[in-house]
Amino acid sequence: MARMTMIEAIREAHDAAMAADDRVVVFGEDVGFFGGVFRCTAGLQEKYGKSRCFDAPINESGIVGTAIGMAAYGLKPVIEIQFADYVYPAYDQIVSEAARLRHRSNADFTCPLVIRMPTGGGIFGGQTHSQSPEALFTHVSGLKVVMPSNPRDAKGLLLAAIADPDPVIFFEPKRLYNGPFDGHHDKPVESWKAHPLGEVPDGDEIVPLGKAAVRREGTEVTVLAYGTMVFVAEAAAQETGVDAEVIDLRSLMPLDLETIVASVQKTGRCVIVHEATRTSGFGAELMSLVQENCFYHLEAPVIRVTGWDTPYPHAQEWEYFPGPGRVGEALKKVMED
Amino acid sequence: MTSDTGPLSLNVPEPGCRPGRTPDFSDFEIPRAGAVARPPVDADPDLIRDMAFSIVRVLNKDGAAVGDWAGALSTEELHEGLRHMLLLRTFDARMLNAQRQGKTSFYMQHLGEEAVSCAFSRAMEPGDMNFPTYRQAGLLIARGYPLVTMMNQIYSNAEDPLHGRQLPIMYSSKEHGFFSISGNLGTQFVQSVGWAMASAISGDTRIAAGWIGDGSTAESDFHAAMVFASTYNAPVVLNIVNNQWAISTFQGIARGGVGTFAARGHGFGIASVRVDGNDYLAVHAVAKWACERARRGHGPTLIEHVTYRAGGHSTSDDPSAYRSRREAAAWPLGDPVERLKKHLIAIGEWSEERHKQAEAEVLDTVRAAQKEAEAIGTLTAGKVPSPRDMFEGVYETMPPHLIRQRQEAGF
Repeated sequence: MARMTMIEAIREAHDAAMAADDRVVVFGEDVGFFGGVFRCTAGLQEKYGKSRCFDAPINESGIVGTAIGMAAYGLKPVIEIQFADYVYPAYDQIVSEAARLRHRSNADFTCPLVIRMPTGGGIFGGQTHSQSPEALFTHVSGLKVVMPSNPRDAKGLLLAAIADPDPVIFFEPKRLYNGPFDGHHDKPVESWKAHPLGEVPDGDEIVPLGKAAVRREGTEVTVLAYGTMVFVAEAAAQETGVDAEVIDLRSLMPLDLETIVASVQKTGRCVIVHEATRTSGFGAELMSLVQENCFYHLEAPVIRVTGWDTPYPHAQEWEYFPGPGRVGEALKKVMED
Repeated sequence: MTSDTGPLSLNVPEPGCRPGRTPDFSDFEIPRAGAVARPPVDADPDLIRDMAFSIVRVLNKDGAAVGDWAGALSTEELHEGLRHMLLLRTFDARMLNAQRQGKTSFYMQHLGEEAVSCAFSRAMEPGDMNFPTYRQAGLLIARGYPLVTMMNQIYSNAEDPLHGRQLPIMYSSKEHGFFSISGNLGTQFVQSVGWAMASAISGDTRIAAGWIGDGSTAESDFHAAMVFASTYNAPVVLNIVNNQWAISTFQGIARGGVGTFAARGHGFGIASVRVDGNDYLAVHAVAKWACERARRGHGPTLIEHVTYRAGGHSTSDDPSAYRSRREAAAWPLGDPVERLKKHLIAIGEWSEERHKQAEAEVLDTVRAAQKEAEAIGTLTAGKVPSPRDMFEGVYETMPPHLIRQRQEAGF
């Protein structure tokens, strides 16, 4: 068990997968010689050669399109979209091609492909380096969508994604890349290396897709969160004194509905937190599922705490995404009802 | 603002022949058969740039095969090629009729373009992979894919290999080197490059072929495919089928009235060739050259197949609304079936009688297949796939939410 950052954990997952299976190939913008702008693939080209880890032209549709061809051939491509904000040129390839290939060909051709992309804000990235487009992918039949909140999950989920026979969208919250934070934006990030959650087992421990984790047990309200917002939710629970159960979804598709329902039926209250814009966001899906499955157990209306329905701002990002203050208000509000 | 330049105006290219006008292909430059030399397969793309502006042709107006590109096929292979084209044409006619009879929702025929896919298919080897568009069923026919299976899919009946999930003509057969067709145009051009890159990464010997129409070369993925193929020297043959029409939009809209589609390869350093797409011998010879080039590690080739879509875009299209009814007959490169037939007669290996007999045999074959397929069912009658099938195969293992939805639907 070593302590490491999420970046290092992601690199370890690549390394373990590439060592175990020479069908695993890694490519994307800057991922080869330089090891990626966030350094998630550093050293892989040197270790596995240029034909298994290489730089790609700046063409996201081309990166995903060629990866689909490679996956159909029988390789297992793991590709990096430099920022989630850049994925839109590749959207057609992902949605119309990768997601549907198995179904439309009756498994004559399949697409075991992992598309990694840094997501979310908190690094002053402005409109084009901060978005959280997960809902655009959970809406698409045939895709799996994952977002870890800590190094152990990042490694284990990435290994599971690479082993998966279907295309997986792998979101990496870039605000968590180098360390966790206590939920507040204005305090320094603590290194994962000094944080218990930064402990990552050696070898190839898999975190299965479709399984949520209970990060904080509680009895009064269930908070559903993923990625960076897990820490925001934990901080809010701590600071308000509300006995909240914080569930880290980890996989959005498939979703661990069983864990969600069991928790909400136990607590009778639910707050949903995500960084993405609210309207038609993944929170809407979660709210519908909670309503469908837990209506008679609910003691208060479900509340969403989300990013606002505006383009992602540069200077006002701390006002844009939820912090412990806004989540705390939601916790107090559901407790009043 | 300056006052001496006048207002600007937009150029919107127009085809030469709208309905009611007389077709005129007089400005379409067609080199004589045999005029284009056959370069070695390791030719430097820079040294064969003129091939993107000329047209490789083998069959002359008398039906003789002439020039460097001739002589690659035996008489037996030519007979087989003619049969494949007749089979595709007859299959098309029967299925077009079946659609008009309401037995299926949709069909797309190949009329006038049969040589492109039938001849190309012969140049590829088992294990190679095509990434076709909806107008290359000849790749399957020439590889012996069962006609009944094709029809089962067209009818979406209980034996449809894709369980009614795909449009009728969007076939898929890994075994026959035919990648699952997408209706989103251009997407698969770049996938073919990826498949070829994977073969190279794996140290394999197999190659890929991408297919795109003239209209879809305007898609960004066309350019993505070119840059990836060029950058990684992928073992791929990239085919543009220029059949002059993208539904009602003539090829000049995607091309802008300048250069040729093949010439687009020059900016990428890709060997680029134009070929007479209605000349079975020329298509085969160029395809063979390009496949060998890819297989020997000399990189990608871009081929523009110059042909003409004599039929409608699909059963939902009426081409008389946007082009002259006489245009197909005026197309100067003729009919691929007639040209190969004429060649075989010219060399003493065929006759009108044998041709009639072959047409009758092919019709019997197609009729028999149709009878067999219709005995199983059509879109509107007989045995159909279970609605349960639509829930299957979205993922390798059905996730819980789909199981719940399948149960909710009653299956």
